[in-house]
Amino acid sequence: MPDPGLIMYEEEFKQIDAELHRLHQQANAKVTFLVDKNGQLIAAVGETENLDTTSLASLTAGNIAATGGMAKLLGEKDFSILFHEGERDNIHISLVGRVILVVIFDQRSSLGLVRLRVKKSVEILSQILQRILQKVDQAKAPSGTGGGNKEQPKSPFAEITEDDIEKLFG
Amino acid sequence: MSFINYSAREINCKLVFYGPGLCGKTTNLQYIYKKTNPDSKGKMISLATESERTLFFDFLPLALGNIKGFKVRFHLYTVPGQVFYDASRKLILKGVDGVVFVADSQAERMEANIESMENLRKNLQEQGYNLDQLPFVIQYNKRDLPNAVSMEELNQALNPKGVPFFEAVAPQGQGVFETLKEIAKQVIMQIKKGT
Repeated sequence: MPDPGLIMYEEEFKQIDAELHRLHQQANAKVTFLVDKNGQLIAAVGETENLDTTSLASLTAGNIAATGGMAKLLGEKDFSILFHEGERDNIHISLVGRVILVVIFDQRSSLGLVRLRVKKSVEILSQILQRILQKVDQAKAPSGTGGGNKEQPKSPFAEITEDDIEKLFG
Repeated sequence: MSFINYSAREINCKLVFYGPGLCGKTTNLQYIYKKTNPDSKGKMISLATESERTLFFDFLPLALGNIKGFKVRFHLYTVPGQVFYDASRKLILKGVDGVVFVADSQAERMEANIESMENLRKNLQEQGYNLDQLPFVIQYNKRDLPNAVSMEELNQALNPKGVPFFEAVAPQGQGVFETLKEIAKQVIMQIKKGT
């Protein structure tokens, strides 16, 4: 089967959030956010009150998927950076492994500054994501092999009943 | 694949509505959108041509409620049904947690149904999925039309494995929520198995 589902733990979430805050500030951006390649929003920082971040996340993933398809037709592995220029706002999108970093900025910043700051953040975010993957692997390893660990909460989903699901549809 | 966020206490899952052109995938989403409490839904996005044919995808985020203290969100997508949009269809299947195949019950669309079902299986395989192991539901839409083929015939042609199926008239909502509920149930059960 393809990639396992993404799991986000409290500790790494805080680190990602902190890095997005740092980037938001240093790049003079309006919004910085991180999206899973499947279109799920992971974290968003900045002026998000009037922004439909869920839709934006899904369209960003669609955009990356479409340009990725174009890249393959050209024999490229991926296009790792996308930039959209508008009259007021601009969007800078970059691939970080299996997730996507998005920076929205206006005339208070510049493409050069955003690119510079994004480069540093991509490194840091990659390391955090790597740690999450390791954690997920460890959590899945059977105990006794040194893999089972006490850090993660026990999965709350192991005891889902049909009744729980029925209630969703009230 | 599903995204479990322990920090925000959320589970996000991706459902894809697949099927031949004009079978009613977008209509399914529009009905769900219309009938869902405004607090539980986000904006519905349709990337469509001027003649309202789906060009890339429709997207509808739904927050159904809580399970074990986790907010359960479903992201519903449709694919463009027209044959020549195959490259786009492949992209939308990435990371899918469950598939609804919407079939057009009309006799003259039988061939298109079969072709689309084969296309689904092939495109999933390319992404490393096996349709037989994925949460999967079939919806036979347009049951109200006079030229609708019998259910036996449809099941014989499209459902050899006997997955759950529903009769539907999507514009009136018949069968729409029944289909959604079944696929949601299967996806959540799959998450349970994976944990």
